[in-house]
Amino acid sequence: MTFPKFEYLAPQTLDEAISILEEKGPEVRVMAGGTDLLVKMRQGLLKPRTVVSLKRIQGLDKISFDRKDGLRIGATALLADVASHPSVRSHYPAVAYAASETANVQIRNMGTVAGNLCNAAPSADNAPVLTAMGACVVLAGPRGERCLPLDAFFLGPGLTAMEPSEILTEIRVPFPRRGTGTSYQHLSARGKVDISAVGVGVMLRVEGKTCREAGIILGAVAPTPLRARRTEKLLVGKSLTADLLERAGRSAAAESAPISDVRATASYRRKMVAVLTRRALSEAYERARRNAKKR
Amino acid sequence: MMKHSITLTVNGDRYTLAVFPWRTLNEVLREDLNLTGTKRGCGTGDCGACTVMVDGRTVSSCLTLAVDVDGKEILTVEGLAPDGERLHPIQEAFIEKGAIQCGFCTPGMEMSALYLLSNHPRPGEREIRHGLSGNLCRCTGYNKIVEAVAEASRRMEKNNGAPGGGRKP
Ligand SMILES: Cc1cc2nc3c(=O)[nH]c(=O)nc-3n(C[C@H](O)[C@H](O)[C@H](O)COP(=O)(O)OP(=O)(O)OC[C@H]3O[C@@H](n4cnc5c(N)ncnc54)[C@H](O)[C@@H]3O)c2cc1C
Ligand code: FES
Ligand code: FES
Repeated sequence: MTFPKFEYLAPQTLDEAISILEEKGPEVRVMAGGTDLLVKMRQGLLKPRTVVSLKRIQGLDKISFDRKDGLRIGATALLADVASHPSVRSHYPAVAYAASETANVQIRNMGTVAGNLCNAAPSADNAPVLTAMGACVVLAGPRGERCLPLDAFFLGPGLTAMEPSEILTEIRVPFPRRGTGTSYQHLSARGKVDISAVGVGVMLRVEGKTCREAGIILGAVAPTPLRARRTEKLLVGKSLTADLLERAGRSAAAESAPISDVRATASYRRKMVAVLTRRALSEAYERARRNAKKR
Repeated sequence: MMKHSITLTVNGDRYTLAVFPWRTLNEVLREDLNLTGTKRGCGTGDCGACTVMVDGRTVSSCLTLAVDVDGKEILTVEGLAPDGERLHPIQEAFIEKGAIQCGFCTPGMEMSALYLLSNHPRPGEREIRHGLSGNLCRCTGYNKIVEAVAEASRRMEKNNGAPGGGRKP
């Protein structure tokens, strides 16, 4: 079980990395932490001729925050560093939590949030909350930069809207408006260190008890992270009673489109979507109310 | 395909090596440097038997390319007891608490324990279990390992956290 042979390049600038991708064509793969890429190569699912490591590119691991620009997570920022970053923890607790619940200690010291998104597993733990919060990703390519909302980024299992010669350089998450709360709830077979069987990311904005905005993203129950649009509509403009949250859970379950696989059956997943959506909404609501009072 | 020249500092010693890009840190440690304390189990990041530290953080050496850690400082289980005689307090605690059976998971467990204790010198049981969640053991049932890490934490605190030489006076 050794790796297939490949050429390794570690450019020091983004421009250099993009030119390599352009020049080498489809047989090249970008690598951040390698915790998805190298596993797939080990299993013979991928056989790139060239691997381009992003880790030597200066500044790409930066995590920055201010109230105007919000949060910016660089492509090589480690899951562990996102999870423990003080500003992420205080202003984006569900983003920090999702990162802290991804994989295990060692993998979080290697893997990145950006890699988790680019790998585009339907179960990616960091996708639901970031999408619910309206995050976008900066993609740099030969023709310059573009910023794409995560809603338009995921196309299918392992498939994204990135061009082959593009590199995701940064994840941008807007600063949450007053009265906003978020939550991530997930389940997996082996405690929580395993790939999630179901994950639900929620963002709510409230005025008093009334819901003004709702973002609900379901993970691992469709070919991509799935926005539960009907459930979001069900909440906006209404008073967030326990009964409404319960109904929202059932509505999200109805919107989900799970399959049965090694991690769980479709019917279990659907039931858990209802439970986790209700829990996520109720945690997000609590946080939203606290947030509305605080500032 | 070309070999790359890399420099690694392993347990304080500098090595310059020529390696193919597809070789893992695990293979280079075990096969080129003869440091066979670090094990290789699954090869896919699941078991933790291959855990080493790179620049002070634990990683799975089976999923780390040697070329990718060029210039970095590596600590392996051999580095816990550099003179080969006086054991690290974590190692002493593992022995005393019966946390070792076949021993295959032990080097990885001890590296994870060291990482945990460097960040949380006095972890509770939950924190210990969390800190070891990337390491599997087929033999002990984990309880003895958790006890050993708690014991190591007490010893290292007495010792001002200094690694090595955790003997009682
Ligand atoms: C034991 C184990 C447990 C795991 N548990 C979980 C879990 O609980 N939850 C979970 O969601 N995931 C889990 N994973 C999967 C993986 O660790 C995560 O998806 C991780 O975030 C991937 O990040 P990386 O930097 O290692 O990505 P890499 O492996 O480096 O890259 C992943 C993919 O994205 C591409 N890519 C990476 N960065 C960029 C970029 N900046 N621009 C363009 N393309 C890019 C690569 O070409 C590759 O196709 C686990 C993996 C292992 C080995
Ligand atoms: S051998 Fe590396 S995690 Fe199992
Ligand atoms: S002691 Fe045998 S695997 Fe842990």
